[in-house]
Amino acid sequence: MTDMTVRIGGLTLASPVMPASGTFAEGLARVMDLDRLGALVTKTITRELRDGNPLPRVAEVPGGMLNAIGIPSKGVPCFLRDSLPFYQRWRPPLVVSISAPTAEGFAALAAEISVPGVTAIEANISCPNIEEDGKAFAMQAGSAAAVMRRLRAATSLPLWAKLTPNTGDMAAVALACEDEGADALVVANTILAMSIDLQTFKPRLGNIMGGLSGPAVKPIVLRQVYQCARAVRIPVIGCGGISTALDAAEYMLAGATAVQVGTATFLQPEAMTQVIDGLAQFCAARGIGHVAELTGALKREDTHEADLAWAAPAP
Amino acid sequence: MRDEAGPQPSMGLRGHSAFQPSAVAEKALIISHEAVNGEYRHMRLACNAVAAGAAPGQFFQLLCPAPPGEAPFLRRPMSVYGADPATGTVEFLYKVTGAGTRGLAMLGVGDQLDILGPLGQGFTLDPAWRHIVAVGRGAGLATLAPLARAARAQGIGVTAILSARRPELVVSEAQFRAQGAEVLAVTESDGTSSPAYVERQLRALTAAGRCDAFFTCGSARLLRLQQDLAREFGLPGQVALEQQMACGLGICFCCVRDFQVEGRTLHKRVCWDGPVFDLLEAVA
Ligand SMILES: Cc1cc2nc3c(=O)[nH]c(=O)nc-3n(C[C@H](O)[C@H](O)[C@H](O)COP(=O)(O)OP(=O)(O)OC[C@H]3O[C@@H](n4cnc5c(N)ncnc54)[C@H](O)[C@@H]3O)c2cc1C
Ligand SMILES: Cc1cc2nc3c(=O)[nH]c(=O)nc-3n(C[C@H](O)[C@H](O)[C@H](O)COP(=O)(O)O)c2cc1C
Ligand code: FES
Repeated sequence: MTDMTVRIGGLTLASPVMPASGTFAEGLARVMDLDRLGALVTKTITRELRDGNPLPRVAEVPGGMLNAIGIPSKGVPCFLRDSLPFYQRWRPPLVVSISAPTAEGFAALAAEISVPGVTAIEANISCPNIEEDGKAFAMQAGSAAAVMRRLRAATSLPLWAKLTPNTGDMAAVALACEDEGADALVVANTILAMSIDLQTFKPRLGNIMGGLSGPAVKPIVLRQVYQCARAVRIPVIGCGGISTALDAAEYMLAGATAVQVGTATFLQPEAMTQVIDGLAQFCAARGIGHVAELTGALKREDTHEADLAWAAPAP
Repeated sequence: MRDEAGPQPSMGLRGHSAFQPSAVAEKALIISHEAVNGEYRHMRLACNAVAAGAAPGQFFQLLCPAPPGEAPFLRRPMSVYGADPATGTVEFLYKVTGAGTRGLAMLGVGDQLDILGPLGQGFTLDPAWRHIVAVGRGAGLATLAPLARAARAQGIGVTAILSARRPELVVSEAQFRAQGAEVLAVTESDGTSSPAYVERQLRALTAAGRCDAFFTCGSARLLRLQQDLAREFGLPGQVALEQQMACGLGICFCCVRDFQVEGRTLHKRVCWDGPVFDLLEAVA
């Protein structure tokens, strides 16, 4: 039997597979056994009460979907009263995703939810929908560092930084988060995108722009996981377009210690358990005793940096 | 809104062996599938016991196959048109409108369709009622149809007012009649579907003591009409609403609509808090 445990900072997870923030909630407990997951990750919560974005909030595109849900939030008291006790009925550790408009707001919220029952905090410094034009703290190393510094001072819980794929400098942002005390990185949130209805000439999202997720993003985010994992020593959690165990294995080979599954759950609510079972089989079939052996096991010939010059021209 | 969600986890060493889902994704077998008119198709599938136990007003999320040149990505919501635990079957009645339903239309008997359900909150019937009125239009008639059988099982009489553009597009009529319901079909082509005409019928039913509650689906105009009458006569009612969905499980918040609750406007999720809502709370 394959040992499926992985270590993320100080935490040991029973499996490397967990939900992506915003694609997991109470309702999934009706369809699948949450006890099989490596961790439970909440929808991002904010201190402000929010209604979310105008409709339509989702649109289909080939191989994926766009969403501009916004972050409808009922606030922290509601989370502590209703959601926290609900999730405590299951064994996997609870990771709470938070967001705030300022670094100070992040810190205050982190302090407020550092309560028993919360195992780790995922700082969503990458949500493309809250700030104007999709700007987020994780766009630049400097602003990412500022948030992580305040957060680190505000809580002793393990801190995961969720990065945005929309920055041109993933590795620098990753390093900045590590330097400011992040225990892990989640790579990545959705890719800022849009789509237009050719019958009406209107944008297909009420918010005009939104985040692309699903299989379409996988090759891009896989590359970013690879870049981040090479840049930092802390674990990287891969997230983007994973729907099968083979997708997850690919992410682990690129350097991910664990993975998050998002959009795939909307199509197959048991996608996460299928990924877990499939990963165990993938390892067993190759005589790999411990799933963690996959992490960073990519075999590569040395590339000449110049080979990629056409894709990343000098500024 | 509810907090409760699904089964308690087991505390055993291997929790998943005791897990009991209340909605299941399953590749169900199509046992009949035919066109009922130029726009609607009726599909019947052999399914698991959880799916066959679906209640009127609940829905399934269907993973539609891709028709040539198109690729529906998300599942498509479809009301339960019929469900029978005795035969282990579930039925859908759908209108072919876009990529997803075009994909459904390609399927034949013996093919499989991945269905996820039952989902959402269905209709509730008060055993104290003696007679209810169901008013629907277009595809909304598919949603209302299973109500006839459930009402009859509780000894509640039903009058169904079925609205469509043309007589041949009136669906569910046979299902209502088979359960002993009184049926009135109203159509544009007959000039009988105007709100004024329907209002006269509803007022007559109310006056005759044959309307203890309104049930409706498929038309904002008919919804507003029944809301007005429900307020005027102090009658209860329920409405099944539609909204674009992604997850169908209350996770993504893409399916919210406005509701008027105690003088405040708030958002509720159609897939999770509904699709059946209190008639007077809906914002038409
Ligand atoms: C709870 C519920 C029950 C339903 N029951 C039935 C039924 O019994 N019979 C029936 O014919 N139709 C029903 N509908 C409508 C049905 O879901 C849509 O007709 C279908 O999704 C259209 O998909 P498409 O790919 O063919 O069309 P497209 O127009 O290509 O769909 C594009 C997108 O819009 C969404 N969409 C389009 N029309 C609707 C709609 N009316 N409501 C919600 N989303 C829509 C689709 O899901 C998809 O995401 C129901 C909708 C809901 C929400
Ligand atoms: C409907 C929806 C809502 C999301 N909400 C959040 C959120 O609240 N916070 C967050 O950090 N990411 C959110 N995400 C992004 C996912 O967590 C994930 O990073 C992204 O979808 C890529 O993974 P995937 O391709 O497996 O879906 C959301 C994604 C979707 C599709
Ligand atoms: S469809 Fe996702 S919350 Fe309703």
